[in-house]
Amino acid sequence: MLIGVPLETLPGEKRVATVPEVVEKLIKLGFQVAVQSGAGDAANFADDTYRAAGASVVPTAADIWAKSDIVFKARVPTPNEVAMLREGGTLIGFVWPAQNPDLMQQLAAKMATVLAIDCLPRQLSRAQKMDALTSMAGISGYRAVIEAANAFGRFFNGQITAAGKIPPAKVFIAGAGVAGLAAIGTAANLGAIVRANDTRAEVADQVVSLGGEFVKVDYEEEGSGGGGYAKVMSEGFQAAQRAMYAQQAKECDIIITTALIPGKPAPRLITAEMVRSMRPGSVIVDMAAEQGGNCELTEPGQAVVKHGVTIIGYTDLASRLAKQSSTLYSTNLLRLTEELCKTKDGLIDVNMEDDAIRGLTVIKEGAITWPPPPPKLPAVAPAKSAAAPIAAPSTKKGHGHGAGEPMSARSLMTVFGAGALVFALVGLFAPASFLAHFTVFVLACFIGYMVVWNVTPSLHTPLMSVTNAISSIIAIGALVQVAPPLAGGAAVDRPSQLILALAVAALVLTAVNMFGGFAVTRRMLAMFRK
Amino acid sequence: MTAGLATVSYIGAIILFILSLGGLSNPETARRGNVFGIVGMALAVLATVLGPRVTPAGYAWIVGALVVGGAIGLLAAKKVQMTQMPELVALMHSLVGLAACLVGFASYVDTSTVFPTPAEKAIHEVEIYVGILIGAVTFSGSIVAFGKLSGKIGGKPLLLPARHWLNLAGLLVVVWFGREFLRAHDIQTGMTPLIVMTVIALLFGVHMVMAIGGADMPVVVSMLNSYSGWAAAATGFMLGNDLLIVVGALVGSSGAILSYIMCRAMNRNFISVIAGGFGTGGGAPAPAAGGAQPAGEVVPVSAVETAELLREARNVVIVPGYGMAVAQAQHMVCEITKILRDKGVNVRFGIHPVAGRMPGHMNVLLAEAKVPYDIVLEMDEINEDFPGTDVAMVIGANDIVNPSAQEDPASPIAGMPVLEVWKAKTSIVMKRSMASGYAGVDNPLFYKDNNRMLFGDAKKTLEEVLAALIA
Repeated sequence: MLIGVPLETLPGEKRVATVPEVVEKLIKLGFQVAVQSGAGDAANFADDTYRAAGASVVPTAADIWAKSDIVFKARVPTPNEVAMLREGGTLIGFVWPAQNPDLMQQLAAKMATVLAIDCLPRQLSRAQKMDALTSMAGISGYRAVIEAANAFGRFFNGQITAAGKIPPAKVFIAGAGVAGLAAIGTAANLGAIVRANDTRAEVADQVVSLGGEFVKVDYEEEGSGGGGYAKVMSEGFQAAQRAMYAQQAKECDIIITTALIPGKPAPRLITAEMVRSMRPGSVIVDMAAEQGGNCELTEPGQAVVKHGVTIIGYTDLASRLAKQSSTLYSTNLLRLTEELCKTKDGLIDVNMEDDAIRGLTVIKEGAITWPPPPPKLPAVAPAKSAAAPIAAPSTKKGHGHGAGEPMSARSLMTVFGAGALVFALVGLFAPASFLAHFTVFVLACFIGYMVVWNVTPSLHTPLMSVTNAISSIIAIGALVQVAPPLAGGAAVDRPSQLILALAVAALVLTAVNMFGGFAVTRRMLAMFRK
Repeated sequence: MTAGLATVSYIGAIILFILSLGGLSNPETARRGNVFGIVGMALAVLATVLGPRVTPAGYAWIVGALVVGGAIGLLAAKKVQMTQMPELVALMHSLVGLAACLVGFASYVDTSTVFPTPAEKAIHEVEIYVGILIGAVTFSGSIVAFGKLSGKIGGKPLLLPARHWLNLAGLLVVVWFGREFLRAHDIQTGMTPLIVMTVIALLFGVHMVMAIGGADMPVVVSMLNSYSGWAAAATGFMLGNDLLIVVGALVGSSGAILSYIMCRAMNRNFISVIAGGFGTGGGAPAPAAGGAQPAGEVVPVSAVETAELLREARNVVIVPGYGMAVAQAQHMVCEITKILRDKGVNVRFGIHPVAGRMPGHMNVLLAEAKVPYDIVLEMDEINEDFPGTDVAMVIGANDIVNPSAQEDPASPIAGMPVLEVWKAKTSIVMKRSMASGYAGVDNPLFYKDNNRMLFGDAKKTLEEVLAALIA
């Protein structure tokens, strides 16, 4: 199948959905790749590098959209672009179905299959490699700090120089999601004092681990919503939160806001009042500008100075690091393509049974499949696998052994049948004294089996050596023959000398094994250390 | 000591043995497990000696035998090199086998045992017969395994023509003489079939192990371990001693499980390993020769270049094999690991389940060299990480890193799980020469673009690498 990569049309968008490195890997998966001429220019990928990687370079967007079986996009496609999309084609990229209902209708009318990378069920750990929201947010967070540093008239780190003492910059970061955490790390690395707040209390540790300080809101409420996002908080909490923000605005030089609630306008955290209270020369970077902004005075897409404070509302932070974001984004798409094309034959299979793919697919062959059914909670999973006995292939246990799959009913019956037959024969013909020993024997076999089954491979040698030492228990056999108490008449013709010689010889041999075996095991085990 | 007290002691010993085996399944509890084993053994021996079945007349003999044997055993345990562990273990198995034979013969000539019914006498004789049979097979098989492991006998499988028929004939003869043995009325007439059977069993043991290739030795060692347990169990039946039965069964079944785990690790069928001959179970001999013969250039590197590669790497995986054991290079490997880890390089070890000549052989060697065991990983744990690895260093291993196991269905080792070192950015294979491994299969890994060959004795070359790393 042909994968097409058009030039992004939004003004100022520098990213490209596929980089040459990924082109090679897509070709290895069996696909052909066509790239619109100049698609990678803004991200410093020349047409020639795409050609060298094996892609064909096509002059116009119309060719790409019309010929490709699959189109890779970064930004949400425009109505014009969708009009060019081939009937029944596949589109992979950002779609934001909740915000773009018209676009969804238009795509559905084209009988398209649309995989919206923004709809990925992020809580699935195996979906992380495809999580473009995360990779883009990380880049944006980094860039937000760089933009702030650019607009800020001072050092970030504190210094004591011959020309005087310079206090470190104080940075406050609202919202410790992926972008917020990236911003915390970047600002802390530049030497600033970093504080952060999030309505989800569980991220406090992550903030601290990156060098930030977690600022608590003086109010008890848990703010975790579904899928790792925050939810809307109560009125009392919001009042306490406002007080805290007002306090931080007075103290800090730089505020970076990243607070988003899915499907809702961004919460207003920073009022005009708070902006006025900031020191002149301070900077606010509002990463939620596209969704209305966390700051009252933000102008989306612009950097403005109000009350002496620079308020940056860029909506293209990721695109401002075009090479990096293109590389990560295209790798996310590559991982998605690998999931779609497990057979590596250049054909994709949109498998709606797969939770990750199901979540991504917002339109399948013209039918709108968004929103997906609510994700199954982890706690429900065992019940589901019990209902469907042919569950996914059981995950292999750590070291290649373990109980594995249970035997099929047929082979189990064969084994039991054979066992029953043997036992029946023994029971019919053997005398009682033998049966007592036989019971003990069979049970001991099972104990040995149970005990040894889970041994770690690194201990195979010591285990063997200790079992070897234990097998010198045969010494008991020799011991009882050395000098048994003889009952008078029975022992008349007993060749005592011969038996004694044999028994003592056996005893010497087993003693070598017994002492040597345990000593050598001890020597080996003494070496195992952490 | 009364009979009741002796029995209770036996139960105590049994519990200790079970705890001992259980303890050995985890490095944290392994040492305690060994102590349990020692205490259990001491308890069992003391309870027997002081119990009703041994009169004071035998004390001198018993103490003498234990002192002599114990001294030899302790000395051997102290002297043995860690690299010789497989040989030592094999040799020790043979002792148990021989002891089982001796006890069996002694029990047969002992006329003091009285049987209430003919059936019990017959069962007793069957037990003697089977006990000696297993003991003899264990004895001769272990001796041959010892020879093969120590290099006194060549590692190539010896495949007699019609060897399966030979074995079958041997089995039939053994069964027929068993019948003769049971019909014998006195000890003299019974002795002949018993001795004939013993000789056949000895030959059978030799033949069986001779037919098994060197690469399968870990399975054989663990299988013989299992046999020595069954021999003890058979002796227990013979003497009506529950302690022997239980412990023999414990050892026997645990050895059998261990062999089975080994076989699974090699993706081989247990039966085909025992039937002998690597990859020649019945198909045409040496199909690989005509098939995909790897071609291309091998790229040699010097020790200095190797050090350079290691120094620049962030992730290094070391895959040791039998070659490291032979060259005694484990301490050198540990030194290099230490230096690299101090430099912040993430060094880990990837151990194939059948690397070396004994299950867990590599782990023991690395432990001896004081490599922390939490960076020593198993094949399944590390295989996924090779794509993110900068340098994979293969030290004296061949078959366990052979990509044809995955890529070439005609290969004799096809389907055997291998360490995927070729997925690392660079792999370095240390080898003495271009010779093929124990399985006798050429290795396409050597011809891959991202592979480098570092020729020479592992220890010497590693010394040079170490010197270059310090410089």
